[in-house]
Amino acid sequence: MPMLELNDVHAYYGNIHALKGISITVEEGEIVTLIGANGAGKTTTLRTITGLLKPRTGSVILDGEDLAPYPAHKIVYKGVAMVPEGRGIFSKLTVRENLDMGAFSRSDVDGIKQDLERAYELFPRLKERESQISGTLSGGEQQMLATARALMARPRLMLMDEPSMGLAPVLVESVFDIIQEINKEGTTILLVEQNAHMALQIAQRGYVLQTGEIVLSDSADGLRKDPMVQKAYLGME
Amino acid sequence: MKKLFEKIEYIDLFLWLIRAAIIIIVIWGTVATILDNPYSTRQWTDFVIFGVAQGSMYALIAIGYTLVYGVLFMINFAHGEFFMSGIMTSTVFIAGPMAATGFLNRHPIISLLIIALFSMLVSVGVAILTERIAYKPLRKAPRLVPLITAIGASLFWQNFYRGMLGSNVKPFPQFDILAGSIPLLGTQVLKTHIAVVLVTIIMLIGLNFFIMRTKTGKSIRAVSEDKDVAALMGIDVDRAITITFATGAAMAGIAGVLFALVFRQVHFFMGFTPGIKAFTAAVLGGIGSVPGAAIGGLFLGLFESIGPSLFLQSLGIPAFNQLKDVIAFIMLVLVLIFRPQGILGEPLAEKKA
Ligand SMILES: Nc1ncnc2c1ncn2[C@@H]1O[C@H](COP(=O)(O)OP(=O)(O)OP(=O)(O)O)[C@@H](O)[C@H]1O
Ligand SMILES: [Mg+2]
Repeated sequence: MPMLELNDVHAYYGNIHALKGISITVEEGEIVTLIGANGAGKTTTLRTITGLLKPRTGSVILDGEDLAPYPAHKIVYKGVAMVPEGRGIFSKLTVRENLDMGAFSRSDVDGIKQDLERAYELFPRLKERESQISGTLSGGEQQMLATARALMARPRLMLMDEPSMGLAPVLVESVFDIIQEINKEGTTILLVEQNAHMALQIAQRGYVLQTGEIVLSDSADGLRKDPMVQKAYLGME
Repeated sequence: MKKLFEKIEYIDLFLWLIRAAIIIIVIWGTVATILDNPYSTRQWTDFVIFGVAQGSMYALIAIGYTLVYGVLFMINFAHGEFFMSGIMTSTVFIAGPMAATGFLNRHPIISLLIIALFSMLVSVGVAILTERIAYKPLRKAPRLVPLITAIGASLFWQNFYRGMLGSNVKPFPQFDILAGSIPLLGTQVLKTHIAVVLVTIIMLIGLNFFIMRTKTGKSIRAVSEDKDVAALMGIDVDRAITITFATGAAMAGIAGVLFALVFRQVHFFMGFTPGIKAFTAAVLGGIGSVPGAAIGGLFLGLFESIGPSLFLQSLGIPAFNQLKDVIAFIMLVLVLIFRPQGILGEPLAEKKA
């Protein structure tokens, strides 16, 4: 049984038909990537998984259970965390308070403490800035915070929406290193990226999204060799 | 294009002229008053103490406006009625009977606690009902809609209380332990004023702890920044909004008790003026900011109590003391013109409404 399954999902913003029958599966332990141009529907796909946007038809199934009846804040309790597009940190809260909010769904005090230490280990910079108002962090630090905050939920499935956006190349590398590390520790990852080059290096499989439809799905290797992908997303002729 | 620029400059010029005129009037009035010296130090101290006590009540009520604005970007014009409902109910059903049986002055502390608790509970209950029935279904409507609904809710509660409890003024019983005054700072300070200030300080400390330190308080702050991301953390946004309303109403419920202790009477329309004044205080301090509401309240209270005597008396205005309310609202207009973000607020343009 796949961990996550989207079956023929149609989603709308008012009259705008943003997802036109998306079907995706993610197996436990995988890194799966979703690539596509601006406006293809990548963020929208993640929003239907987290429950922020409900599909009009089709279903989102987690561990065999249809998520339709659950509002967004309940889905977190099922082990899904998200690093939102544009980081979405609470800029008036301190770094530490943001991490506390990441663990909002949990009540195991000891476990939270462990994960906090773990997060500071992964991102020592955050520990130095524990009590800083997070709106004053640099862009890269905010990205670290958004990732660390999602980890604080101790998710089984982590959805990441363009974690490399706006980062210097060196930082992009380290973000992807960390994604791999998180994955090795047992978290399944669905990664949305514009940076297809990097995403296909760390993912096992990928889907290509175009104007609300999946036009291609293959192993990462297969996608890298696909002429259409090479031309449109990897910038090769 | 050029024309537009010229027009803006004219408006700027006009605003600057108003600003200069006000400053000149204030300075002129102040200097004249100081030269004239019509009041003793003791009288000035009295003004300040009265201002602080009045300002404390504004501050407590202002918290509710600012908290709700923080999470919903909505001005809850029914907040004055949350303030009224608690103490009205508590006076009629608790304080009145307690005074009649003599229990009130036999066990004043217990009585006061019961009255305060009950007032708080009723205010919170009215707030939750209003939020659930009148505001929640309109969460996605354009911003003007909940504003109009709030005015409707305000009228509803006023008339509900008028209908259920009558439109006469109801006396709030005298607490013997709070009667009279004690010597302090070179003058006689009313015990009720001291009680008002102390209770306000305690409430503000408690509120600050709740908002800054507790998990629920942090979740309210998270919701006020970004509802979608808050939901992604597992925060039940609707519940957080309800708690926000309840918190503001609890503060207003306590403010109602303080109000009754000072003025010794309650009636169905008593929420109107303090409500608008507290709204002014919230805007003054920077709406959305909790410390701003406290500072704005204090500032407005002081301004109202000192302002007329300081600025207006020496300008030859005959009944300058009657201009207290006028001063408060002139101040609201001035703040909106010159510093819309208030003392501690951030520029409105930065808000992602
Ligand atoms: N809140 C909204 N209201 C109306 N339309 C929206 C809304 N959000 C997204 N859309 C539309 O839905 C489509 C898919 O948007 P989505 O944000 O999912 O794209 P994306 O693939 O994440 O793009 P990007 O790479 O730019 O982030 C776009 O055409 C967009 O204009
Ligand atoms: Mg996107």
